[in-house]
Amino acid sequence: MLAESLALTAALFIIGVVGVLVHRNAIIIFMCVELMLTAVNLTFVAFSRYYGAAGQVFVVFVMTVSAAEAAVGLAIIIAIFRHRQTVNLKDINLLRG
Amino acid sequence: MLLQTAGTLVAPASALSGTVAEWMWLLPVLPLLGFVINGLLSLNSAHFGPRDPNTPAHHPHSEGAAEAPALSHAEEAGAVGDDHHVVKRHRWAGLSSIVGPGVLILSFVLAAMIWWAMVNAHPETPFVQRYFSWMPVGDLQINAAFQLDQLSMVMILVITGVGALIHVFSVGYMREDPGYPRFFAYLNLFVFFMLVLVMGSSYPVLFVGWEGVGLCSYLLIGFWFNDKANADAGKKAFIVNRIGDFGFLVAMFLLFANIGVLDFVGVSARAADLGAGSAVVTAICLFMFLGCAGKSAQIPLYIWLPDAMAGPTPVSALIHAATMVTAGVYLIARSAVLFSMSPVASLTVAVVGALTAIFAATIGLKQWDIKKVLAYSTISQLGYMFVGVGVGAYVSGMFHLVTHAFFKALLFLGSGSVIHAMHAAYHHTHSQEDAQDMRNMGGLKRYLPVTCVLMWIATLAISGIPPFAGFFSKDEILGSVFARAQGSTLASASWLGIPGNILLYIIYGVGLAAAFLTAIYMTRMMLYTFHGPVRTGDEEEKHLHEAPWVMTGPLVVLGILTIAGGWLNLPEVITDMLPLGPSEVLTRWLDPVVGTATARVVAGAPHVPASTEQMLVGGAVVIAVLGIVLAFVRLKPDRLPRKRDAVPEHGFEGVVANKYYVDEGIDKAVVIPTYAVSRNFLWRLIDNGLIDGFFVNGSAALARGFGWVGSRLQTGNVGIYAWVLVVGVLAMLGAFTLR
Repeated sequence: MLAESLALTAALFIIGVVGVLVHRNAIIIFMCVELMLTAVNLTFVAFSRYYGAAGQVFVVFVMTVSAAEAAVGLAIIIAIFRHRQTVNLKDINLLRG
Repeated sequence: MLLQTAGTLVAPASALSGTVAEWMWLLPVLPLLGFVINGLLSLNSAHFGPRDPNTPAHHPHSEGAAEAPALSHAEEAGAVGDDHHVVKRHRWAGLSSIVGPGVLILSFVLAAMIWWAMVNAHPETPFVQRYFSWMPVGDLQINAAFQLDQLSMVMILVITGVGALIHVFSVGYMREDPGYPRFFAYLNLFVFFMLVLVMGSSYPVLFVGWEGVGLCSYLLIGFWFNDKANADAGKKAFIVNRIGDFGFLVAMFLLFANIGVLDFVGVSARAADLGAGSAVVTAICLFMFLGCAGKSAQIPLYIWLPDAMAGPTPVSALIHAATMVTAGVYLIARSAVLFSMSPVASLTVAVVGALTAIFAATIGLKQWDIKKVLAYSTISQLGYMFVGVGVGAYVSGMFHLVTHAFFKALLFLGSGSVIHAMHAAYHHTHSQEDAQDMRNMGGLKRYLPVTCVLMWIATLAISGIPPFAGFFSKDEILGSVFARAQGSTLASASWLGIPGNILLYIIYGVGLAAAFLTAIYMTRMMLYTFHGPVRTGDEEEKHLHEAPWVMTGPLVVLGILTIAGGWLNLPEVITDMLPLGPSEVLTRWLDPVVGTATARVVAGAPHVPASTEQMLVGGAVVIAVLGIVLAFVRLKPDRLPRKRDAVPEHGFEGVVANKYYVDEGIDKAVVIPTYAVSRNFLWRLIDNGLIDGFFVNGSAALARGFGWVGSRLQTGNVGIYAWVLVVGVLAMLGAFTLR
């Protein structure tokens, strides 16, 4: 069972990574990051079945932190949108050297 | 005291332990204290109030105005018009006049007490006091330690004794100088370093003093640094001496590399390891002699000494005649054990000394500046001393050093008294004439009788007329050269293919010729200065006057020493004839230090028979008398034109008057090429091109280039950052997996 679970989570994670890499829209990238976190959470759950409940405790922590992060991240994206009228990352490159 | 307790740690059993000699550290510390006090006093401004707007502008100084103690400074002090009788002194001049000479007198008293302890103790080995470890580096163990033996005792007595007299003289001579405390500070510092030089127990400690006296010499030559010529003269002395110091340093390195010790006791003990006559010992001696040639103004490094006369006259007397310039002679006597092992180096010393003696004497014949005559005379006499120590007659060299300190200090201080009088006279009439040029003097014996008599004594002494001091010492050197030519390690050696004995006979002849010239130029100086009509000027003549007692007093003492100095080392050939007292006192005194070395050079050769010796002495005296008589007959002070009416000399006389154009030659051969190389190669190419252009600006450009490349990587695009991150993670994971 474990191999199938891990294959699933790996697939989810890679979808998230590829999404982050290929998309230009900050909201979509943000959602892809959440997808990666969820994939990790699934991994923890899968492992907890074999190695005890510690994995589930981690999941709770990760969800808490990701919720907080989502709040901050969304706030930033909204602030950027108000400022620049866009959330396209191609147009947001103030830190270019 | 820290010094005392440290000193007792190592004090080896010596005949001088527990005597007053334990206090020898105080000898240099006293002048150092004087330096500190006077130095602090000199920090106080020399200005005496607001400058008077009516003060006449500074006159362009005439050629000899380097020696201008009162004129330029009285003006600085705001003296105007006829107001020059109001003496303007530095506000701390009184305290300086007590501290400056005071510390020297105390030092001299202490030195005399230590000398007495030494007379009673008869130490056969040097008394070494170690104070602290200075340079403990592996095998190189150098201690800050002083050493007292008969040789350093002689030097200490001369330095503190003659030094004290010259300090007292300076009280009068520098009286109205705004830099009065600064002058005494430098003089005291000089004496401190000079004592370190002669008391140091190893070559490095000696070198500290060696460099220190060079520094003080520089400071005092350029004492009146407002005049660029004086400052330049100081620099010249300093730079020329560096060449010599390079030689001294190389000699020390060679010494350490070969026998691993640098203290005098150790060197004497291990010198035999070098091997007598070996190339190493010759190289060490020759490099050391290069140092001596610099410090003691020998060919080819003598050129700085005549220029050094730009300093105040007491400085010329103390540093550039009596003490510092004789340091080279001291160094060779101190290293007698090394020089006696190398006949080639010893002969080199003697040859250079003889050449310098005759060369400087000829230049002295045509000088008009009274101090320049004495400067060349000093160079010539130093050459004599080097002939002495060169032929292994270390005692004779030291003896001449001592007597020369007496009579040359007397001559210089006498000339100071003359210049003082001349200067005051010209100052009264605001004349711009040269106060140092003998063509402006003449007939001064009426106005300066004491100075005149005393300077005549010194002139007779330097010319080698008995019974004055110079006669005995000069004669002893010439006698030694003759004796060495008859039989010694030097006579059997050869120098550049010339057999040693022939070379020594030539040196003897050159020495006699130099003595002859010495008699001529000294008599010439005296005739033109003190005899004949007064050429100073009718108005000025009224203002000529003898110096105050504080200046004539030291002259009188030096005069007595000049008369009596010969008693230090009467030759047996004299004491056999006349009941004058014990003979060879100095020889026996210095025997523990240089006796072995002298014996090695003599190599058991028999004494010159007394009859021959008497003949030689008689011949030398006749030659000196001939020189004096010739000067009296040939020179006509009555017909001498004043400086401003004088026509330049032509032909050979002109060449001599211009010092054989040596300075000009060195300018063309060394100074100008050095400038050219420095400007075009070192400055333009190396400094501007390579260092500034390539290294400095190049490294900046390199940093800027890297920065530009780095900044290109920062696109500001989060997507690309993410790509880099993922690629990096994958690369790391791959690396871990595939490992």
